Amino acid sequence: MERKLTRFAAARMASAFGSGRGAQLGPLRLVDTAPPSIPSQDWFAVAPLLSGICGSDLASVDGRSSLYFEDIVSFPFILGHEIVGTMVDDGIAADGSALTKGQRVVIQPVLGCVARGLEPCDACRSGEVGRCGCLSHGHLKPGLQTGFCHDTGGGWSDGHLVAHASQIFAVPDSLGDDDAVTVEPMACAIHAALRAQAGADDTVAIIGAGTLGLGVTAAFGFLADTGRAQRPARLLVAARYPVQRQMAAKLGAQVVDPGHLDRAVRSATSSLVVGRPSGRGGLLSGGADVTIDCVGSAESIAEALRITRPGGRVVLVGMPAKVTVDLAPLWHREIELVGAYAYGSEDVAAGSEVTFDLAIEMAGSLHTGRLVSAAYSLDRFEEALAHAGSAGPRGAIKIVFDVRPKRAVTQRED
Amino acid sequence: MRPRPGFVLEVDRSTPPTLMWKGEGFGLVKLPVGSRVVYAPEPFEALDDPEGAIRHALEHPTGESEPLSALLRPGMTLTICFDDISLPLPPMEAPDIRQMIIEAVLDEAASAGVDDVVLIAALALHRRMTEPELRHALGDRVYDAFAPHGLLLQHDAEDPSNLIHLGVTKHGEDVEINKRAAESDLLVYVNINLVAMDGGHKSVATGLASYKSLRHHHNPETMTHSKSFMDAPASELHSANWRMGRLIRDAGVKIFQIETTLNTDTFPGNFQFLQKREWEWSLKDRATFLAASKALDAAPPKMARQILHSIKAPHALRSVYAGEVEAVHEKITADVWAQQGVAVAGQTDIVTMGLPYISPYNVNSILNPILVACLGLGYFFNLYRGKPVVREGGVAILFHPTRPEFHPGHHPSYIDFFEQVLTETTDPVVMHEQFEEAFATDPWYIHLYRTGHAYHGVHPFYMWYWCSHAMKHLGRVIIVGGDPATVRRMGFHPASTLDDALEMAKDVVGPDPTLTHLHTPPLLLADVT
Repeated sequence: MERKLTRFAAARMASAFGSGRGAQLGPLRLVDTAPPSIPSQDWFAVAPLLSGICGSDLASVDGRSSLYFEDIVSFPFILGHEIVGTMVDDGIAADGSALTKGQRVVIQPVLGCVARGLEPCDACRSGEVGRCGCLSHGHLKPGLQTGFCHDTGGGWSDGHLVAHASQIFAVPDSLGDDDAVTVEPMACAIHAALRAQAGADDTVAIIGAGTLGLGVTAAFGFLADTGRAQRPARLLVAARYPVQRQMAAKLGAQVVDPGHLDRAVRSATSSLVVGRPSGRGGLLSGGADVTIDCVGSAESIAEALRITRPGGRVVLVGMPAKVTVDLAPLWHREIELVGAYAYGSEDVAAGSEVTFDLAIEMAGSLHTGRLVSAAYSLDRFEEALAHAGSAGPRGAIKIVFDVRPKRAVTQRED
Repeated sequence: MRPRPGFVLEVDRSTPPTLMWKGEGFGLVKLPVGSRVVYAPEPFEALDDPEGAIRHALEHPTGESEPLSALLRPGMTLTICFDDISLPLPPMEAPDIRQMIIEAVLDEAASAGVDDVVLIAALALHRRMTEPELRHALGDRVYDAFAPHGLLLQHDAEDPSNLIHLGVTKHGEDVEINKRAAESDLLVYVNINLVAMDGGHKSVATGLASYKSLRHHHNPETMTHSKSFMDAPASELHSANWRMGRLIRDAGVKIFQIETTLNTDTFPGNFQFLQKREWEWSLKDRATFLAASKALDAAPPKMARQILHSIKAPHALRSVYAGEVEAVHEKITADVWAQQGVAVAGQTDIVTMGLPYISPYNVNSILNPILVACLGLGYFFNLYRGKPVVREGGVAILFHPTRPEFHPGHHPSYIDFFEQVLTETTDPVVMHEQFEEAFATDPWYIHLYRTGHAYHGVHPFYMWYWCSHAMKHLGRVIIVGGDPATVRRMGFHPASTLDDALEMAKDVVGPDPTLTHLHTPPLLLADVT
């Protein structure tokens, strides 16, 4: 990714024809470049195997990211923060265990204080590395994550990237590469599910059934099945496309057409519609205890505020940019609007656990590699991004780059 | 000239194509040679003096009843209940038969010095009528005399303060009906017997009942064992209503029942060709058919609906009886069969039905997919006595676009039923057990039923239950022209043409099936031997 305003503008225009189309004209280029150097002690080189395409990646490629991120990225950078790779040499993992050359690892990409050689801030000290505020300080150039920082490289590379020991987690042999590449988004999903603070009697509505929406759906089941959190009484997932609907149903959710989510929440919670006999677009007298917005658009946030009960909670998981939303219901109904970004450590029933450890366990038990629909080589990045940008309509969920040697493009069966 | 009876035509090479309704439009379909077409009898002549016939009925009661005038006295409470918007179909040209009868009853009441009179639309769980609909049914004079004073009510099955529990039948059925009606010194019920299942004890026991009461017979078990609804001795729905009606009577509710039959003159003026036999169409009929069918096909569905729902039927009063419920009903039902009955010899492998734009539950509204199923499988399928027209394991082919369109104000719970229930199950028993109560007790649906113009939350379940017998009886249901996703969600099979449908049907009934087409409307009742 290069910092060229003309290319950002072109990408933004191109993306009007579909998410991911910015790859054709925008700031993303496929180049040969020297691998990043090891910044300091406790940093190790990792050779990517698979690297996912995330919604935030598409926003970057399409020039639609919020200007908020301008000071916490450093150009040029190599995209890719959902990564499973192999150790280039022996190394050390986040838990202090030894790693051997060739061993498979996943990268927890947040570049917090420890990775930056800083004294841990309050957030990092308490394990909330996702909340680290020092993302432009220390011995690294600015970058909220690997994949957005000039100095670390990223997963969309067939060379190697560098990762601090605190970022590296060993992959058990029982996990396939497909499962492992979903560990990072599943960690986000687990964090989001726990941010919901849903109780056993609660109704939870999830807007969006892409990787994150399905991941959060899966996370509720995983956390309940393992006794780490309560299972909400009702889990409604608004899923538009057949593949999303099938997957959400397999994960135990009540699947709802997005156009009818408000009606489904209304009937699930025996609410009334305020002032709209048709029920269309009206505010609910009650509503979901928690709504998890995995889209992050003005429309989805507005809908979340409409269908959440007074005193309820809206968790914003999908990455928003600048949006215009009427916050009157938030004020009047005293709804909590909370963000859910990344991971760190989580308070679960048994105590505190590292989110990535939970995600690795979940990826293994639920085989979340099922979400990976297609893999592309880097030289077909334009196709890959176009596919990712229209994943739902094309019957896909997660698109990844496959940089393993001698691998052709593959299309997964499910 | 004496109207000709209904008959069964056998299609041969010279038979012209058959008129086929397909929702908000119609076309001509060439049925296979050898098919049978069941034509309704021609409409009976209207009574020369309907007002005189009504007055005669009121003063010469049927069964063990005194004349109306003898039942009226000063100081008494009188409640006049009447059938709602669901009858007749299409709505009749003014004056509506309800207006004519209620004006006659009110004249008698005024003469007798009765001044505590309340009118109640017997909605059961149907939607409340709008002011224009009430004005059309009752006339401006009655409406303006009662409505402004709060004396024109619409039955509210969710108003506990105006319901009374009269007891439980031997079968354990709660009987809970409108309190004002039950506690009045006299309850006059004005009934339109459009088909043979209308009227009798069903008028009060269903029309004025609560959900608590209705659920005892509006369920899959009862509906499956009603073979058919039009054949009283074979109808469990009829039996349940009779048990309840007799309990109401024995509880001391004094009912003076007025039942009426209309002739089957269904379409006015230029649309008369819709009730003619195709080979008798005049040049003008053919031209009108062409113009109307092309215009309706070209019009957006909303506009086509508006055109068709503006049609008022030239129905005319054919007979009227008043007095004791069961005696009145027996006579009227015989008259309905006389007007609508058609002898049909033997069953068929395939029955075809063109579904029109209207059913009892979408007057001035949209025939949504659930109502499409109900009209075809709940109503048309059940227009028989003896045996169904189609054999067990046979195929029903319906013609209707079956778009996933709903009237949000009239049918709010239907939308959720379609999205939340039919996506899980199409089995009436399963949905009865797993979903019905939540819909029936949903406070928003109750709110809309009581204050808006919405059918009760449980109503789509009842519509689906009406199909129970047909769904159990048939080997396959095919909808020609139906939206494929919608049709499949309902557990049926979409087809693009009759030929496609016949090919699909042959998988079920074999390679050389017999086919019978029900040429309705106008209404007919098949007496299948």
